Order: sequence, then C-alpha cells, then structure tokens
Amino acid sequence: MRVVAAMSGGVDSAVAAARLREAGHDVVGVHLALSQSAATLRESARGCCTLEDAGDARRVADRLGIPFYVWDLAERFRTDVVDDFAAEYAAGRTPNPCLRCNERIKFAGLLDKAVALGFDAVATGHYARIVEGPSGRELHRAVDPAKDQSYVLGVLTADQLAHALFPLGESTKSAVRAEAAARGLAVARKPDSYDICFIPDGDTRGWLSRRLGSRPGEIRDGGGAVVGRHEGTYGFTIGQRRNLGLDRGSLDGEPRYVTGIDAATATVTIGTADLLGVDDITGMRARWCGPPPVGSVRVGAQVRAHGEEIPATAVAAGETVHVRLDRRIRGVAPGQSVVMYDGSRVLGSATIASATTAPGAAREEAAREGAGRHTDDGSGTTSDLF
Amino acid sequence: MTAYLDHAATTPMLPAAIEAMTRQLAITGNASSQHTAGRDARRVVEESRERIADALGAAPSEVIFTSGGTEADNLALKGTYAARLAADPARRRIVVSGIEHHAVLDPVEFLAGQGAAVTFVEPDSRGVVSADALRAGLGSAADVALISIMWANNEIGTIQPIGELAAVAGEHGIPIHSDAVQAVGHIPVDFRASGLDLLSLSGHKLGGPIGVGALLARRDAVLVPQLHGGGQERQVRSGTFDAPAILALAVAVESAVGELEVASARQITLRDSLIGGLFGLGLGLELTGAWTPGSAHDRLPGNVHIRVPGADGDSLLFLLDAAGIACSAGSACSAGVPRPSHVVLALGVDPEDARGVLRLTLGHTSTQADVDAVLAALPDAVARARRARGAT
Repeated sequence: MRVVAAMSGGVDSAVAAARLREAGHDVVGVHLALSQSAATLRESARGCCTLEDAGDARRVADRLGIPFYVWDLAERFRTDVVDDFAAEYAAGRTPNPCLRCNERIKFAGLLDKAVALGFDAVATGHYARIVEGPSGRELHRAVDPAKDQSYVLGVLTADQLAHALFPLGESTKSAVRAEAAARGLAVARKPDSYDICFIPDGDTRGWLSRRLGSRPGEIRDGGGAVVGRHEGTYGFTIGQRRNLGLDRGSLDGEPRYVTGIDAATATVTIGTADLLGVDDITGMRARWCGPPPVGSVRVGAQVRAHGEEIPATAVAAGETVHVRLDRRIRGVAPGQSVVMYDGSRVLGSATIASATTAPGAAREEAAREGAGRHTDDGSGTTSDLF
Repeated sequence: MTAYLDHAATTPMLPAAIEAMTRQLAITGNASSQHTAGRDARRVVEESRERIADALGAAPSEVIFTSGGTEADNLALKGTYAARLAADPARRRIVVSGIEHHAVLDPVEFLAGQGAAVTFVEPDSRGVVSADALRAGLGSAADVALISIMWANNEIGTIQPIGELAAVAGEHGIPIHSDAVQAVGHIPVDFRASGLDLLSLSGHKLGGPIGVGALLARRDAVLVPQLHGGGQERQVRSGTFDAPAILALAVAVESAVGELEVASARQITLRDSLIGGLFGLGLGLELTGAWTPGSAHDRLPGNVHIRVPGADGDSLLFLLDAAGIACSAGSACSAGVPRPSHVVLALGVDPEDARGVLRLTLGHTSTQADVDAVLAALPDAVARARRARGAT
C-alpha cells in the first residue's frame, strides 16, 4: 500500500511510520506546515508548527529511509481550525480544535491531496484501532486507556476511515517510547505536547483576548445580581471555577462555577455546583463512523477527551442527535463534542448545541464527574485550559 | 535513474576542480605563514586570484574571496552602506530590484531595520529592469547610498541590461552592486566593461565547490569590514585563506568561462527543445520571463520556468521526485514549504497561478535524455497535481 505518514515530529507519528515501513508499505513522510508565518527556532519548541518539529520529523524520515516532504496546509488550517476556534469562543462556545483538525485537515485536506497524488491511505500516530467489521471498517478505542485518542477521531466518516491507518492502537505509550529508543529514533524521549499547537504558550485566554479584543460585560449570579465584570465571555467556559474575578466571595462559602455564557449580551452567569449537572444533550453537525443509528440506541457518551463514558440513550435525526444520559454530569459546554460508543467501538459524534436537565425525577449525580476534577484533569481539552 | 534539472540550485563539480581541490587538501600550509609551506599556499591563492581576475575582466586586487554568494552579497551591501553613510549621513537610501535573491533582500531588510530607506525598482512583465525604471527609482539620487540589481535571476533566468543600469548609476556617481551568482560562467561577464563597482559570484553554481565565492570590488570601492580578524583580503574579509577551495574555484571559473560559448550553445538548444516540448504537451503551461529562441540575450541558457495553472508546486515537486526528476518550485521557506515567489509575483502574475510553478534548470552535464524524461513525466504529474489542488 502507498501510505502518507503524517509526521508531526513527535514520537508517536515516528513509530507509526516506522511500523508501516517495516510492514513493507511504500511510505512517504509528510510534515504539515500549519503556521502561516515561517516558524523560527526562537519560537516554542512545543506544538506542531515549529521548525524544530519539522526538523525532528525530517531526521526520523532519514533514519527510516523514506522520502520526506513538508506540505503547506496553513491557509486551510487558518480558516478551518484557527478562525473557527476563535469564532466558537466569540459565540460563547468551547470548541475542541483537535477534532476539527482531524475532520478538516488531517483526514480531509491531507487525505484528499494524498489520494489525488496516488496514495491509498494516511497514517497518523493516534492511539485508536481500526477493526474490519461485518459492515465495513470500524473505529475502536485504543488498548491503552490512558492514551486512547478515539475521542478526537470521532468525527471521521466511513469514507475517511477507509483511507486511515492507526498503527499504534494496540500499543501502550511506554511500549511506543521503548520501541522508538530501540529503533534509535532521536525523538524517543521528546515530551508529549498537551497544548493547542497554535497557542504554544498555553495561554488560551491571552490568545483569545489578542485575537478578539476587549468585549466587556457583567458576571451575574442566578438571581441576576451583578457580582463582577469581565473583559470577554471567551475567557470562560461552563464549569470553570478559577479566575472568575468576582468582586467578593460567596456569602455561603460555597464555591461558584460558570453555569451560563451568553455572548450576545456579554453575560457570564455563575452558580453553585448543583446547577452544573446536566443529562440532556442536543448535538448538531452529527458525524457517523458508519451507518447512522436507527431509532433509539443505547450508547456510551463521552463529552471530552479522557472524560468518563456515561451510559446514555441516543436518537439521531439527520444532522442532529439527542443524547439522554443515564445520570447527570457536570461541566458540559456547548461547542464541545459528544462522542458515542458501543462498547469499544466509536459510533459517531456531534457538536454539543445545548445541555440541560431533563424534566422529571432528578437522578443521582456522578460524584466523580465533579467540576473540580474537570478543571484539573490535564486532559488537554479546551475546557481545561483556564 | 534520476534526471537532474536543478543546476541553478547547484551544478556538479567539474572533475578538474575536484582533482585540483583534493590534491591541494593534502598539502599543509597556511597562506599567511612566513615560511616555505605558507608561501606555497599563498602562491596557490594568488595564482587563483589572477586566473579568476583574468577570466572575468578584473584586476587581481579586485578579487575578495568569500564563503560564497551570500557572504559576498552581505559584504557588498552592508559594507558599502556603512561606508557611504559614514562619509555622508544623508545617504541612507538603498535602491534594489524587487526580484533580488534573499541574500540581497534580507541584508537590505536588516539595514532597513537600522534606519535605511529602501526603494524597490520593479521589473516589467518579462522580468526586465529597464534603465528608465532605475532612473525613476533614483530620483535626484542625493540620498542614495547604493544600488543593487542582480545580473541574472535565479528563478526565472531573466538577464538584466547590466551595462545600461551601471551607466545610470554612473550618471549619479552611485556605487552599484550586482549579484551575478547565476551569470558568471553561464553568460559573458566582464567586470571592467560592465561599469559595476561590486559583483558577487559563487563557486558551486559554475562547477566549483560549495562554500567558496568572491566579491569583485573596484579598487576605489570603500567597504566597511563585516568579518574582523586576521586582516586578510584587503583588511575587508578576515579568515584563513581556503587554498583548496580557492584553487578549485579558479579552475572552475576558468573552465566555465573558457568553454562558455560551446556550453551555452549546447544548453540553449536543450532549453529551447524543452520549452518547445512543454508547449507541445498542451497542458496550458505558461513560460515565465523573457525568452528569445536560440539566444541567451535575455534568458540564461539553462533556465526554464513554467507556471502550471491549477496545480500546487509542492504536489508537482513530489510527483516529479517520485518519477526520478529533480527540479525546483522556486522558493521555499526554511522548513521546506514552497511559497509563492516574490519574483513571480513581481511580474504581475496572479497569486493563484504563482502557487504552481516549476523551475527546470540545465547545466554542463544535461542531455536531451533529461529533457525527454521531464516531458514524459509531466502530463501525469500535472494531471494529478491539479486533482490534488481540487481536493484541497
């Protein structure tokens, strides 16, 4: 098979390329230039857009003896990922740019170009598995639950999956690092990147404020009283507890969380933790990894990378999908994606349009899904950045 | 089997230059030392200097050896600007063409950051900078420190009317430099007759080694040194004489200039065969820059530059590389990404069309088989690259 190995300059994509080469495929390494301006060594060494990363990828390709090219997808990345990211925050939502990049860049811009140039597939270093199922290729969770990245691939359609390869799905991260070292790849000890690649310093709020400017407004409590001011709703996400900048502490001593964001009126609403629990999610822009589910189906729903999977019932209707969770969870922000699973298999995903509490008897809240864990879990999703 | 059509990037070293260089590498001696071994090395350097001067219509004392074209350009621009500014603080303006190599543009940009004003003289749609355009760019010229206009363009191969441009500079008494890296050894270059004050050349573009070049500087040209140290090269360019590389450079310059007429005629035939073949493919390809069939009057003998509407340069490069064709897409950023070229854009080419360009350059080892290989590989490559553009 003729394969483009997308090489970020990190250890995972390096080992993925090495395995394909060893399996006898005709492999070409491609590093995506995603930054509009020519990167320099003075910029951060992290992220996926730096000269150092391109150089690391090139040296891995040299070592593997495969041709290596840098392809420029910066313009498309800017419009489809970076501009979209800013627009989503401006609209009061919390996007995940990694899903967007997989949907629009790696398995669209790159894949389409590769196929047009005569390749059969694009391979990445994502931790996920592709399994040949009775009705075509299926996307499954990786065997290493700590590294499983099927969530950020939940946007892939059957057509995209047909041309995707994930050689690391059966491996653990530590095994991949050990393999990289055994193969003599210099990136074996290179640290993982957690930040958004186009915000290498990790300061998303600062990036957004430079990008969107000051859009001041009020912070109100559940009763409508003004309890503080802010410089832009884009600095907040549902479930956020820290850096609220309130005028005073709460009278009852209970911590306060962001419970609502209304970009149109530039209003951030805060409340107590009990207001964060939701179990009724409406998703838009549904994408299915295979045939769309018919009728009401039981699924496991996950609303952020490395988040917990919650049993739920999903009903798909065209572009929208309705997900009713078996129990309430906290900190579900519009703009995030809900990815639906059947066992280890990814069914599909949708962008969360709204999340509310279903009418009827209140159900037990998932204590472990508390907002404190949410903001501290370091999973790298955008809701964890502030 | 690879067809190498990237001679403008670097061309194979001449066997005689390799032989001379390797022989000299085995001989010990610092050309600045005051003993027999030192004198022997110095003799090699000075004989080489004389051979290069002879071949290019310069005096030996006008040859300043450098590490290559980039250093020669940097020394010419920064060294002259600093000297002119020191003599007259009003002379802060640099006049350059808009199609210079980055080895000129970036030093100019650096000097702009130090307070220099910059006037870009734009070429016409064929890539030619006219004497009138330079005259207009100079204005009264009372504030001009120096002029720099390349002899032949590295991307599109267009040759400038250097004699006429130098005459305009002479009318105002402004020093004029020319980056002649692509010209020397490929078209007739006579430093004295050109009227230039400064001229850059590079070894590896004409059959010499990479890492050596020279700045030809008139004896009255004042240059502020950019490398300080042992005081070699008129106190302007310090650094131990690289006798092996300098010797190989002299062998290559002498050979390229001596065989220029024959080699040029051969390459013009191949070039025109390639251009004719490209047009004959019916792929809607467009030639960039001036071209007179059968002549190297306005275009380098070995340069072909085409635009491929609807395709991206990186796709074309990939496909041709896979087909065993080595060529170039013009310019690339430091990571290796092809970028729309400032040279092509300066001609008024639509930015969309500027994304899909190919530079195919011939040299002393090129054959009709290379031309045929490109013509055979292009139809499929262009079709696929256009599909790839449509896909993204």
